[in-house]
Formats: sequence, C-alpha cells, structure tokens
Amino acid sequence: MAEHAPAPAPAPAPAPAPAPALQLQGLGKRYAGAARPALDGVDLQLPAGAISVVMGLSGSGKSTLLRLVNRLVEPSAGRVLCGAVDVTALAAEPLRQWRQQTTAMVFQGYALLPHRNVLQNVAYPLRLRGMPAAEAAGQARQWLQRVGLAGSDVAWPAALSGGMQQRVGLARALAADAPVLLMDEPFAALDPLYRREMQDLLLGLQQQLRKTVVFITHDLDEALRLADHLVLLRDGRVVQQGDPAATVLQPADAQVADFVRGLHRGRLLRCAALAQPGGPVPGAPVLAASATLAEAARAMLDAGSGQANVQAADGSHLGRLTLDAVVRQLAA
Amino acid sequence: MTTGFPALDADTLTALKQAIDQGFLAFSQRHGVAIETAFTPLQRLLIGVEQALLATPWPLLLAAVAALAWGASRRWPLALGSAATLALLGLFGLWDDTLKTLAMVLVATALAVAIGAPLGVAMARAPRLQRLLNPLLDLMQTLPSFVYLIPAVMLLGIGRVPGLLAVVVYALPPMVRLTSLGLREVDRDVLEAADAYGATPWQKLWGVQLPLALPTLMAGINQTIMMALAMVVVAAMIGVQGLGQPVLRAINNQYFALGLFNGLAIVAIAVVFDRIAQAWGWRLQRHRQPQRQPGHG
Repeated sequence: MAEHAPAPAPAPAPAPAPAPALQLQGLGKRYAGAARPALDGVDLQLPAGAISVVMGLSGSGKSTLLRLVNRLVEPSAGRVLCGAVDVTALAAEPLRQWRQQTTAMVFQGYALLPHRNVLQNVAYPLRLRGMPAAEAAGQARQWLQRVGLAGSDVAWPAALSGGMQQRVGLARALAADAPVLLMDEPFAALDPLYRREMQDLLLGLQQQLRKTVVFITHDLDEALRLADHLVLLRDGRVVQQGDPAATVLQPADAQVADFVRGLHRGRLLRCAALAQPGGPVPGAPVLAASATLAEAARAMLDAGSGQANVQAADGSHLGRLTLDAVVRQLAA
Repeated sequence: MTTGFPALDADTLTALKQAIDQGFLAFSQRHGVAIETAFTPLQRLLIGVEQALLATPWPLLLAAVAALAWGASRRWPLALGSAATLALLGLFGLWDDTLKTLAMVLVATALAVAIGAPLGVAMARAPRLQRLLNPLLDLMQTLPSFVYLIPAVMLLGIGRVPGLLAVVVYALPPMVRLTSLGLREVDRDVLEAADAYGATPWQKLWGVQLPLALPTLMAGINQTIMMALAMVVVAAMIGVQGLGQPVLRAINNQYFALGLFNGLAIVAIAVVFDRIAQAWGWRLQRHRQPQRQPGHG
C-alpha cells in the first residue's frame, strides 16, 4: 500500500435527465388460472420528478403494478404512458432499448449478479449499453462513493450484509442514469435502523437527482416518510391517492382510517397539512411548513401561545396553526 | 396351453429382418463412401491428437498434467498426485496405450460438449424441444451400445471413427441434460434484473445464465468424461486403440494380471480427471461461499 490513487475529483453531477411523468390508464392484470385479477382498472397519475409510493398489504397487487410499468409483467388491459411514450405499444426490441435508457430498478432481494464483484455489478447497466469497461468502471466507482461504499469494489456480493448489498443495488440503479427509478420494497428486508438510514440516503439523493420514483412498500411509516404522492392499493384496486397527509387526515374509508390510526402522527404529519387560512398572528411563534406536529406542539407550549404562524420554505406566510388542532391530531 | 406366446410366424419375422437388413445394406452401399468422406476430418483430428500426445516428451506431459491440476485446484497435493499417477502408469508399461485412450477421451468429450451444450441451451429455452429430445436421450443412454455399433461398423468399417461415434452417443446425454438443468436453475430474480436493465437475450445467456450455470455445466463435462472412459473397452472391440485392447486380449486369453493392470489404469485416469474437474467446479463457485474452503481431499 505504497500509495493511494488520488480520490477522483468530485465529478460534475450528471445533468439530471428531465424526468417524465407516468400515467397508468385502466391497467389490469389477470394471471392465467387465477380466480380474480391481480390488478383491476388502475388509473394513476404519477408526477414527474417526485417519489410516488404505492402502499398495500401482501396480495394487494403492488409488485405486479410496478412490473407493469416496465412490462416485466405484460398487462391484460390498459395502457402505461411514460412521458409521451406508450410503453404498452412497444415491440420487444424498442421495449428493451426503452428500458436501457429510461428505467432502473431496485429489488427486494437485491438481485445482484453473484459472479461479478461489486464494481462490475454497478457498472452492469452501462456495460449492457456497450460502454467501454474503463469508462463504466469510473462512473460505477463514483456512484459507489455516493452510496457510501467506496473501497468495496472487488468484494463479492455474497460477502456483504443485506444492507450493503442493497446499497450496491441502489448504486447500480443510479449508475444506469435513467430518469425513472422503480423500487420494489427495496428496504423491506433490512433491520429498522438500517432501513431508516437507507430512506435518508434515498431522500438525500432524490433532492439532487429529481427522478420519477415509484416506490413499493407495505410499511405505512416508510410510505409517509418518503412519499410526495401516496397511492393506497387493496385487492388490486386503488383505494386512495394523493397528498400523503390528506390520507391520514381524510381517510377514504373505514379500513384506511383503521389503518392510519396506529400511526405516530406527531412525527409524520407536518405543519403545512394543518395550516388554516388567515393572516399572521402577531407575537405567535413562527414554524416552518416542514416542521412536524410534535415540533410544533413543543414550540407553542414553550412560547406559551395557543397559535403559531406557518411559514413556507421561501419565507412567505402560509397560514395559522392552533395548538388545539395539533393536540387533536396527536390524540387521534 | 397359454405358455407359448403366439408369436408372428417365423417366415414373417425373417422377411421383416431381411427387409430391414437389405434396406440398410443398400443405403450403406449407396452412401457409404460419402459418409466415410464426411467423417474423415474427425479421423484426422483424432489421429492428430493421438500423435501429438505420443510425440511429446514424457517429462513435459507430466509437467502439463501437474500444471492443469494446480490451475484447477490451486492445491499442490492434487497436482503432484495427478502427475504421480500418470508416472505410475508409465512405469507399468502402459504409457502409449494411456495416451491413446486420453486422446480418444479428449476428442470424444470435446465433441460431446460442442454438440451437447448448444442442445442443452436450446432445450432450456423451448420446453417443446425438451419433450421431443428427452425420449431420444433416454434411448441413447439405455440402448445397449453394441446395437448401434452394428450400423456404425457397417457404414464406416472397423476403426477409430465408429468407436468415437459410439462413445459420443453414449456420453452426450448427461451434457445435454445438465446444461439444460443448469440454465433452468438460474435465479429468476437475477434474470429479472437483467431484463429490467434491458439485456439482450444474447447478453443474458453469456453474461448471466451460462456463468451461473457453470458449476452444473462442469458436472456435465465431468460425467461425459466418465462415460467416455466407461466405453473404452467397448470401443476397443471395433478397433479403437488404447487401454481397452489389452483388456479384450486378457478376456480372450484369461490373462488376469494384464486385464487388472489395464483396468486399473482406466480407473486411475478417471480418478485424476474427476478430481481435477471437481476442484475446478469448486473454485468456480467460490463467490457463493466466500468463507468456506473445499473440505474434501
């Protein structure tokens, strides 16, 4: 170990490709021999450059839904539009090229190539496109650094812990440099502490990359932490979709209400969701729109005030918040 | 009353056998020369390999075998043991016959792999082909080899080529089966990932399926070598030279020691090949069990 190769100069962040919105229209899937369809009449608008979380319990069809987007599973009915591209109409060869250029995927079981080392795994999508090995390895190394795995280039995947393997899976997906990122319960197999770390990693990366992410989970806490747009799926149908806070505050039916009852709302809901219209209250504490209800309650109690002003990220006044409304949510 | 089975009468059976025999005879008379010409390259290859081995100085061959064993296993005991086994065969006066047998086994195995691996790949991809080929493979493995030696000899005469063909026919099925099995056993998740990232069928086959099936493919090659060695004596009956011919002579003349020496020589070669192939198969899988070492000796 006479010398270390000098750390590569911080690469210019790859210009994020403009991420397309995804539209699912009347999407259905019935597997051969199944009594009922896995998915039935799913209409979804998944916004560009945002994380859409599809939440459902096992058997709700969420994994099938994700695989219909890139046609790893062929739909029985309906269409998938990715930007202007009708994915469902693509023939085999254009579909393959569309996948290479547009989508990347992260799997619950990691699905790394066991006979290739970490660096080769991350470089895999680039090599599939015919990028020369040296160039692909250079880019792969940068992504490994971004996910906190610098220096494990030559390890076999089987020698890594589950969490480390999924970091490799994430680096591989990011190295593909695709505007659409499909994630199939990527953190479900990790222990809770590590799961949280990976969620933070994803949120941090997404802030810079602004990809169109479709994230599948069965964990409501995870869904609410990550989602810009939340979709609830049950028995192959969409139960509710939209703003995550709205799902907690206005559940679509008794079952969803039941489902969200056990949540730790103080940590998950943010002030913006409860702000009421009205001018600034003089002398009341000022809270960021992104502050959690628990933080809001503490600030108001500390200030001895029953009200607070909610401020948007740009500093403009968003509305009023009452301690009463906050406590009601915390007690719900 | 019912002890004698009501067979077709003797005249009908004789006529049937005669018709088949005459049909085949006519076929071999009409096309015999063409077929023999078609197999000439195979004969040249076999003779070429045989002469190359015989022309190599013995210390070089011992070193080559030791190097092969070491390359496959990275263990000195296997390398030295393999070379010592070969040296022992030489010491007992079996050097030339051993090399002739080696040449036949190498060429037969290469042929079986060259034909069997692509067939196995095709079978793994097309279940219908699998249903079609399976009975044929069963037939190749169970039909007594003497039976298909008869038409081979009628077409090609006594010699190396019909013997080689008989060996290949016998050794082919495990290669086909294990190739197909290895490909079908590849982790579906990994294949799905390759699909998700837009791999072409060709990239999937060479980059994912074949490398992951490699340990099973190696088992197929190993089986093929063993079956080829098992056919050495049978092949000797139609003129394949090597360790099989002294065994035949020993049977005819009741030379117990001669038969024993040559028989044990075949076993020794089989053991060396098997050890080398298994050690190599182990090393191919080292990425799966990064901590463990091969435990068997």
